[in-house]
Amino acid sequence: MCVRLALCACPDPNTLKESRVRPGRIALPLLLAVTLTEGCGESPAAHQPLTKLSITGSSTMAPLIAAIGKRFETRHPGTRVDVQTGGSSRGVADTRSGLAHIGMVSRALHPGEQHDLLGMPVARDNISLIVHTTNPIESLTAQQVIDLYTGHTTNWQSVSAVDAPVVVVNKAEGHATLELFLRHFHLKHSQIQADIIIGDNEQGIKVVAGNPYAIGYVSTGSAEYSIGHDVPIKRLPLTPTPVASATVHTGRSAIVRPLTLVTTRHPPAFVRTFIAFASSSHVHDLVAAHYFVPLAS
Amino acid sequence: MFMTWLPLITLSPSHRDHLLRWLLWGCAGVTGGVLVCILVFLILEAMPALHQPGWHRFFTDASWHPAEGAYALWPMLAGTLLSTVGALLLAVPLGIGTAVFCYWYAPAWLAVPYQRFLELLAGIPSVVFGFWGLVTLVPLINQWKPPGSSLLAGMIILTVMILPTTSLLSHASLAQVSTESLCAAAALGFGRWGTLRHVVIPSCRSGLFTAGLLAAGRALGETMAVLMVCGNVVQMPSSLFDPIRTLTANMALEMTYAVGLHRSALFVSGLVLLLLVISLVGSATWISRTPRHG
Repeated sequence: MCVRLALCACPDPNTLKESRVRPGRIALPLLLAVTLTEGCGESPAAHQPLTKLSITGSSTMAPLIAAIGKRFETRHPGTRVDVQTGGSSRGVADTRSGLAHIGMVSRALHPGEQHDLLGMPVARDNISLIVHTTNPIESLTAQQVIDLYTGHTTNWQSVSAVDAPVVVVNKAEGHATLELFLRHFHLKHSQIQADIIIGDNEQGIKVVAGNPYAIGYVSTGSAEYSIGHDVPIKRLPLTPTPVASATVHTGRSAIVRPLTLVTTRHPPAFVRTFIAFASSSHVHDLVAAHYFVPLAS
Repeated sequence: MFMTWLPLITLSPSHRDHLLRWLLWGCAGVTGGVLVCILVFLILEAMPALHQPGWHRFFTDASWHPAEGAYALWPMLAGTLLSTVGALLLAVPLGIGTAVFCYWYAPAWLAVPYQRFLELLAGIPSVVFGFWGLVTLVPLINQWKPPGSSLLAGMIILTVMILPTTSLLSHASLAQVSTESLCAAAALGFGRWGTLRHVVIPSCRSGLFTAGLLAAGRALGETMAVLMVCGNVVQMPSSLFDPIRTLTANMALEMTYAVGLHRSALFVSGLVLLLLVISLVGSATWISRTPRHG
């Protein structure tokens, strides 16, 4: 490929001799040819046994996995970990097609995915309700959240001291966060009466930060990161009620999801080594630093 | 005509001419082929959804909840059309007015920098406008009438985006009015307004029309900016302050996560949008063919 490109870019020597071409005209193709061949020939010779591990998927998990990858590289010289984002579905699709060794999926695997893929949880993520910092509300019960999201409560007055219309921020169809939110509150998507629909966590945070009457839900990791960078939002704890706590196995009234690494059913040895490392206690500090919850060992 | 073709016929083409000819054939082929490939690909990907729920469902369903088997596309089609038409209603008069001011009324020291300023504005990536809209415009509208993210916000953002295009293209077509026409108008004793109204505007009507058309194309296809400010709720807006979702935003929001029929339904969004653009270009060609001074 490289050689062919170089030849194409280089003009035929005979033509050059016959037609009186000014030096300036040949310079560019020649230069192109040289850079192309140089760029291609570099990598295999320099480091011989370079194992490259490619990981794609959930944008929620990417910063954590990239940090784990960096630590893995220092412990296993000659390994390079390449992390790319594109959503949980891409993680699944790329792992299936062999484009990536490992996929990042920020939910548990669906039954349809379990017959050809292996899932290994590396941490847990909570989903938090967020409001603007100027909103005086301190906490909400599960029923209040349901009323807000189904349009039964349309003014903040009934749950807090502000007299202003509620701006309900919801996620677009197909997001793992939305699925989890609906399951947690036993809602159907068609029941939700949203005022604004957003895509990723960052967009949700920006919308709530710009709107004093908005309420939304995002990954706790993203919310904490933004709060740490002085974005005017705050997390709303859910007041524990028997209904809410019974649905979550941790016993706390949090909305929890596993962050999962997926591979094909028979991954190569170095992939297994990485997954074992990512779910070991060696990376618990990294997990906590990204505001996720480490798994109990 | 005959004169220009003569050298190509009589002189035997050199080796280089042959090469150039095939190269140009290749360029044209690639450009045309890409469009055909995209169209075929869109139709193939949209087929499952057009076949299974059926194409009429996209226009008769009550809501858009693909996971629950409801595929209403028409509110998004309406959202796309409303935001584009709204933006055109604002941007075209403003753009033509700006161009007329710049070409006929502005002093030279202002006209040139102003022109450069517009060119700069035309080069700003749309996501920057979207971000500005999200952090400035939407909160402003929210203070007036919540939730802020609305059809109005989308229209304003699109207007700001397409204004430089309309203005620059209008300016270019104003500049093409022949000096003879202007001299004739002056000789007939027309004032500035009369010249503009009866000579300049009629003679560059098709240029101004093209300017509006290109702007419409850009507004129809805009994704990121409208995604950030329109609220993306799938509904038929009852006022300017209601949130809407456009066809482009629908694809951008859900594509990375969609699987199966849901994914296929998103390709139907793309197909509808492409058909919309094709009909726009088609009608434009048809209109510009009809006699100008009819």
